[in-house]
Amino acid sequence: MHVISVKDIRKGFGDLQVLKGISFDVDKGEVLSIIGPSGSGKSTLLRCITQLERIDGGAVEICGDTLATTDDDGTVVYSDKATLRKIRLQVGLVFQNFNLFPHFSVMRNIMEAQVHVLGSPKEDARRVAVELLRKMGLEDKADAYPCQLSGGQQQRVSIARALALKPEVLCFDEPTSALDPELTGEILKVIKELAAEKMTMVVVTHEMAFARDISDRVIFMDDGIIAESGTPDEVFGHPKNERTKKFLARFE
Amino acid sequence: MSQLLLQLLEGTLTSLKIFFLTLLFSLPLGIVVAQGRMCRNKLVSGIVNVYIMIMRGTPLILQLIFVYFAPYYVFGASFNRFTAVIVAYVINYAAYFAEIYRGGIQSIPKGQYEASHVLGFTKLHTFTHIVAPQVVKRIIPAMGNEVITLVKDTALAQTIGVAELFRVAQNASAREFSTMPIFVAGLFYFIMNMVVSKTFDKIETKLAYYN
Repeated sequence: MHVISVKDIRKGFGDLQVLKGISFDVDKGEVLSIIGPSGSGKSTLLRCITQLERIDGGAVEICGDTLATTDDDGTVVYSDKATLRKIRLQVGLVFQNFNLFPHFSVMRNIMEAQVHVLGSPKEDARRVAVELLRKMGLEDKADAYPCQLSGGQQQRVSIARALALKPEVLCFDEPTSALDPELTGEILKVIKELAAEKMTMVVVTHEMAFARDISDRVIFMDDGIIAESGTPDEVFGHPKNERTKKFLARFE
Repeated sequence: MSQLLLQLLEGTLTSLKIFFLTLLFSLPLGIVVAQGRMCRNKLVSGIVNVYIMIMRGTPLILQLIFVYFAPYYVFGASFNRFTAVIVAYVINYAAYFAEIYRGGIQSIPKGQYEASHVLGFTKLHTFTHIVAPQVVKRIIPAMGNEVITLVKDTALAQTIGVAELFRVAQNASAREFSTMPIFVAGLFYFIMNMVVSKTFDKIETKLAYYN
């Protein structure tokens, strides 16, 4: 059973076709990086998997549960609310702009969903949060508010917030793009540690060296399709597709 | 003099009753109106929009007269004067509050909703725990303005014969052939608004713990 199974998904905004039939699977413990130029549909793809966008065609399965599928007559059918909700908790998402709750302390940011969505007792939620903060190197920031933290620290809190729900897979939407270059490293280090713990992850990134380093598999997207995919060595070392070569040449 | 002050205080009590009762009902009603205004159903948002336009586009004094007298023509009976004042003020202020709420709600970044959605919060929880507290912080200055205006608007209640502070002062003024009572009333309004102003400053300071 795949953690994520995406089949031929399509998504458009008005006349603009952003995803033109994307298929891939992610297995347990695997780290998949999605690279490609801006506007190639990488973020939209993540947003379809995390239910922030509705697909126009194709099928998505998460941990064996159907998120959405397409009828023979082309109608997209989403699963019932309970299933969607269950799936939502299995897929974590870390945003480019963190999207922490500014009026909550760091601790409450991490506890809120545990208490109100999972129904964990407060003491348990606090214990989980403290543990995650320790892991993120932020144990002294529990009572701080997001505005008092650096961008890198905020992003680490948002990773902790997503991990607190114990998702089956964690998606990252350009997690370092809003950060100063000197802060990028601390986030990449955290993701690398998670990879070492065999956390299943899908990472949309512009950090090529990083993608090459941590990924089990890399997808190169261009203009709404998967132009090339393979191991990091195949995609970065020996790209076959002309567009991949051209794209990667800019990072040499 | 002490006789006058006693009368003015009695009028002030009526003004304060109008003030607090109006807030009590219009603050929550404004949330409903704001939701209606933002409703995706065009009919609902259209009707609410017309209501807001009328409330903001005509004088409060006229609305007051309408609320008090219109029921006589339709039903042959009306509210008592004080109730009519409260009804008129509540529907008027709810419209203004609704627009302030709407501005606040729409200024909350989309990312807050998306993060809430991904974390599995219900729509209600997202509104009550994530959006609303942030809206409150953003709308405090605008709300302060509106509430201060309400203090002064209570003076219009005399139009339909409710003896609030300003009416009492005017009566005393006529009786004593002196404008002094009116200026004393002015001082009363000023003091009430100083309290309102300080209260809003306090709330603002209390919410200053985050950006």
